[in-house]
Amino acid sequence: MKIVVTVKHVPDTNAEKVLDPQTKRLNRSAVENVLNPFDEYAIEEALRLRDASPDTTRVTIASIAPRSGLEILRKALAMGADDAVLLSDDAIAGSDTMATAYLLALLLRHIGCDLVLSGTQSTDALNGIVPAALAELLGVPCLTFAKKLMVEGNSVEIQRETEDGYARVRAPMPALVSVTKGINEPRYPTLKGIMGAKKKEIRTLSLTDIGADPTRVGAAGSKTVVESFAAAGARAKGTVITATDPREGARRIFDFLIERKAL
Amino acid sequence: MNFDLTSEQQAIAKLCREFAEGEIAPHAAEWDARAEFPLATIRKMGELGLLGLPFPEKYGGAGADTVSYALAVMEIGRADASVGITMAAHVSLGSQPFFQFGTEEQKQRFLVPAARGEQLWAFGLTEPQAGSDAGATRTTAILRDGRWIINGSKCFITNAGTPMTGGVTITAVTGRSSDGKAEISNIIVPQDTPGYRRSEPYKKMGWRASDTRELSFDGAEVPEENLLGRRGKGFRQFLEILDGGRISVGALSVGLAQACYDAASRYAKERYQFGHPIASFQAVQFQLVDMAVEIELARTAVLKAAWLKDQGRDFATAAAMAKLFSGEVSRRAANAAVQIHGGYGFMDEYPVSRYWRDCKINEIGEGTNEIQRMVIARQLGLTGEHGS
Repeated sequence: MKIVVTVKHVPDTNAEKVLDPQTKRLNRSAVENVLNPFDEYAIEEALRLRDASPDTTRVTIASIAPRSGLEILRKALAMGADDAVLLSDDAIAGSDTMATAYLLALLLRHIGCDLVLSGTQSTDALNGIVPAALAELLGVPCLTFAKKLMVEGNSVEIQRETEDGYARVRAPMPALVSVTKGINEPRYPTLKGIMGAKKKEIRTLSLTDIGADPTRVGAAGSKTVVESFAAAGARAKGTVITATDPREGARRIFDFLIERKAL
Repeated sequence: MNFDLTSEQQAIAKLCREFAEGEIAPHAAEWDARAEFPLATIRKMGELGLLGLPFPEKYGGAGADTVSYALAVMEIGRADASVGITMAAHVSLGSQPFFQFGTEEQKQRFLVPAARGEQLWAFGLTEPQAGSDAGATRTTAILRDGRWIINGSKCFITNAGTPMTGGVTITAVTGRSSDGKAEISNIIVPQDTPGYRRSEPYKKMGWRASDTRELSFDGAEVPEENLLGRRGKGFRQFLEILDGGRISVGALSVGLAQACYDAASRYAKERYQFGHPIASFQAVQFQLVDMAVEIELARTAVLKAAWLKDQGRDFATAAAMAKLFSGEVSRRAANAAVQIHGGYGFMDEYPVSRYWRDCKINEIGEGTNEIQRMVIARQLGLTGEHGS
């Protein structure tokens, strides 16, 4: 089984993000870029499947990024992935989610796979569109928000997190699964993994290599345009509950949380 | 000259930072308060390969270089000096002698489990009457019928009594030359050796979560093949081991100083007095700036010593300078960090009170400041004698 994990490099989640007023894009050079934390769950899940049947399973990491994205691919390789492929081309800058999904679909067709694993979203844009769009373009079943994943023979089954519990969803492979935070505890890369990562192959491909239509990528090939942006308003003041009887206070906090479906 | 780290060096530093922030820093205050050795965390570090970082893969290590090792100790020490010294003492003092002086068989038997992180190893040099004057060793080992019979004691030995300790390599007097000079050799003493006992852990001012004990040898017997390196070369050997160890204690000091700066700078931006954050006052700014400058220089000195070692060049002077300077920098940084915190810095709820207790040993352990100055003076040719 060939598993491909799609990953994205994102600005360090702890760093303050800055939008460039000219391009209306995130200024990625101003901060350190890291592996999208949501993708680490997908990598971990892929590695667990591989570790369960190491002779027949291979984990490939796929990403679209500038050359600086090589660093996050090395981290994924240090965690234990077998190889990686990077689609890198200056013409890609400014691609929106659909253009990105288009490119990922071409990239994944180019390298071939039985199971695509992804995070649910990236921490920079938080759109959460790419997994579903990618599955659609690949013409494969899309299983989203997996909090548990099992592969049996030629099919994949997940427990899909819902508001009331979980749904069991099963599909034949090839298929795409997006995994939620909490499906596992991502491993740290080991020292041996880090030292061994440089011996693993990272293929770098261009738009021509995957046969992409240049009019469908980049800012010009994207259908969405960021018109303007504004700073988020200050958060509304919280509610202070005062009660002389602690039980009464607890009751009102409980009701407040129930009302907002927090419990 | 190139100050860029390689991608492996960066990745190792990053892994250590993530591990330290995720698995160590949140518990450091509690381990310190309870003087609890964090066994499960040390085992995890072993599984990641941190306890065998600079040793070749064929001996169970990760095959990384000394620069990576120094960066790793800085990051771990920044979260918790106790965990930092546990790692540094195991790698530089406990395991390095096997790698540097061991036979192939000794490497397989002792270095492999140490580098894999399955066992911690200790190095026993200091004695109640032999501190800075390490040559004054009184512990004896007499070879009789193919076995070394050991009598004596050691003190302040790190990692000697943890549940995962494999044993200790000690210095012992194995004979006298014709002019009465002590012949010192290194001998490997596994943990289960009859006649070898450890005291309860010391109660300490700092490094409280590390394991430090007194050792006693009462007719303890080990086989003749537990001699490490050549007989009579023990003095020379431990001096070489200490040269390398200074890089790691320097790194530990840099890590602690960085933690002091991080805490003080964060606090100074949050703490308002006279209507302004105290970081806006020059009196506080200058203290923070001095810390930042000294930490930068200390880090550079430690990494240079590590780099020299990796190049196979003479690094003894650089290591002694880096260790001396970094230790003093960590003490000044801890002092300034507490000062900037004011009354809160004196309270245990802020980490700087722990940093203040942890920093002092950096000027004492692995050769006191005074010994470093003597070493450097000798190396600068100031003593009139040319080495000993």
